[in-house]
Amino acid sequence: MNSKANKQDANKQDIVNYAIALGDDSLTLGHRLSEWSSNAPFLEEDLALTNVALDFIGRAMMFYSYAGEAEGAGRSEDDIAYLRDCRQYRNLLICELPIGDFADTMARQFLIDVYDVGFYTELMQSVDETLAAIAAKAIKESRYHLRRSEQWIKRLGDGTGESHDRIQRAFNDVWGYTHELFEVDKIEESLINQGIAVDRPALKTDWERCVQSVLNEATLDTPDGQWSIRGGRAGLHTEHLGYLLAELQFMQRAYPGLEW
Amino acid sequence: MNAAQNIADTARPGYSEIERLEALLEQVTDPEIPVVSIHDLGILRDISLDGDRVTVTITTTYSGCPAMSTIRADIRQTLAQAGYQDVQVKQSLSPAWTTDWMTAQGREKLREYGIAPPQKSNQGHCAMISPGTAVVCPQCGSERTECISEFGSTACKALYRCLDCAEPFDYFKCI
Ligand SMILES: [Zn+2]
Repeated sequence: MNSKANKQDANKQDIVNYAIALGDDSLTLGHRLSEWSSNAPFLEEDLALTNVALDFIGRAMMFYSYAGEAEGAGRSEDDIAYLRDCRQYRNLLICELPIGDFADTMARQFLIDVYDVGFYTELMQSVDETLAAIAAKAIKESRYHLRRSEQWIKRLGDGTGESHDRIQRAFNDVWGYTHELFEVDKIEESLINQGIAVDRPALKTDWERCVQSVLNEATLDTPDGQWSIRGGRAGLHTEHLGYLLAELQFMQRAYPGLEW
Repeated sequence: MNAAQNIADTARPGYSEIERLEALLEQVTDPEIPVVSIHDLGILRDISLDGDRVTVTITTTYSGCPAMSTIRADIRQTLAQAGYQDVQVKQSLSPAWTTDWMTAQGREKLREYGIAPPQKSNQGHCAMISPGTAVVCPQCGSERTECISEFGSTACKALYRCLDCAEPFDYFKCI
């Protein structure tokens, strides 16, 4: 085999892994949101959270099915979702955190919605046509998600004393997980240089500006905690992912090979 | 004009087989809004014929829309009943679906059904910040309406309330 072919194969596997990581972000967050089904504070919110969950799970399907095709090893989107354990998941840690209370859920959602609007706007420019096409669908949904989560942050922050304190605490608690959104490793850097992946570090300034302006308007403080936790893209997760996968993968673990 | 009449018409000389397929697929509707066909919704993108093989290309509305698998099955079943056995349903990702592809007839049917049709999206009009123009009440035509929730019974709808006739209604959001 010549070295050029080797290099192309290596790059193909990087793209496969990249698509899987993006699918993992969507699937873990979508699964978390779906946990609100029948538990939300009121009916309209129940419908909203589960609809947003569906958008994320749909994205995961698109990323996984593309990864499966590009890999060419016969893995379906279900195989990728159900037949991997924690250390093989590559989602950013913020996506796997438990739903907590409604404030925790909306704080995380708002921070990710702002990030997603920036991320998918850039991914639409990817030289990889499929990734760009998935992004073109996702961006429309994320803009809508953001419109809703932004309203909630303002309502809760500028609401009662209790809602203010609880949403502020939620932001403080999740803040250390946001740094990872803007960090990339060597392999992702190489995909960025080829115009395939999004330059996530470059998204940070706009993200901070947007988050800060909404928090200001919501009479909330932007957290300045110095702590940070990272590792998701390297497969190093919080203890929460195991529980999430135990539920998500229950059927395949109990009845391997089961199909709908 | 009803669908059965349309299909009968296309059996006469002067109609192409593609036109017959179009008329048949006019019967396939969104399972959650049974008054609008997949053509009216703008999710039917292409019909092609290669020998006996029919290829129908559709696009998804929202990424996780659970109606898509039902729609795929309905396309197959409708065409199978008309004698087409070799049917392939392809899903296209790009360009992304927009409510601008909804036909005028589809919008009118939605309104009659009690769902406010989507506004034309017009570049950035649907963006997160701009609130957009008034959503008109499908019951009484009033423009004095307010959004109750950004999400209604399905991903494609939002929940509104009319301030004049006091009726709640679904709005098919523009995307
Ligand atoms: Zn009215």
